[in-house]
Amino acid sequence: MARGGRALSCPMTGLTVLLVTLAAAALAGVALRRRGGVPREVRGDVQRMTPDDLGAELGERATLVQFSSAFCQPCRATRRILAEVAEMVPGTAHVEIDAESRLELVRSLDILRTPTVLILDRSGYVVKRASGQPRKADVIGALGLAIGE
Amino acid sequence: MQADPRALRFAATATAVVLALVLVTDSVWLLAAQTAVFALGAVGASPYGMVFKGIVKSPPRDLEDARPPRFAQRVGLAFALAALVGHATQIAPLALGATAAALFAAFLNAAFGFCLGCETYLIIRRLLPAAR
Repeated sequence: MARGGRALSCPMTGLTVLLVTLAAAALAGVALRRRGGVPREVRGDVQRMTPDDLGAELGERATLVQFSSAFCQPCRATRRILAEVAEMVPGTAHVEIDAESRLELVRSLDILRTPTVLILDRSGYVVKRASGQPRKADVIGALGLAIGE
Repeated sequence: MQADPRALRFAATATAVVLALVLVTDSVWLLAAQTAVFALGAVGASPYGMVFKGIVKSPPRDLEDARPPRFAQRVGLAFALAALVGHATQIAPLALGATAAALFAAFLNAAFGFCLGCETYLIIRRLLPAAR
């Protein structure tokens, strides 16, 4: 079929690959939309972040830590959401960390995506974690858990 | 650097359609054309984006950072080049696989507004600690 060259594969193969790819992408998209940005319990060892890790003081009652990178579309909206929540809930700090400049920390926390949001309690223990842009209500809910209300 | 998100979405849709046609027609020329489009998009001169600007004159409601989509175009370019190599060497799985990967990302962007190419950035940076 290829003009100016030999056919690489039969048309049916290309069509099959097309349909499988579209189906897989549609499933992935639905999963990302449903699961992305939802704060979850952290599996495995309990992790703790210190003011040294953060490059800032912990919030009095809780801290929202956002990992961002230069090539991240939803980071800006996430920053706005977290800043609003931090303003709304007294004693909450919002700290943004550039993932690229803190690769050791990124590896030790096993962060794969930006934005990743960690919700810390007053001692810096990671209570919940969200990959992708979180919804405001979910962040507030997770904060309630971190603060222990 | 700011970009119209509608133009980005339009470009992703056009890319997905072209890559789907590449799979069905097995046309190496169409693939080469899309490779050129990726290369232009990587430097902020996406032909699809220009088509959109030619058609739609209304201003966008908000603007987006142009750097993430440009980076994603570079990732798309890498896959398109791999697919071209697959064609040139007659390795069908490479040609089909790389085209399918690029289509997967373009479709996610077109249908869900999710930039998969952007997501690879941190993973690449994690794997290449020396590349600063």
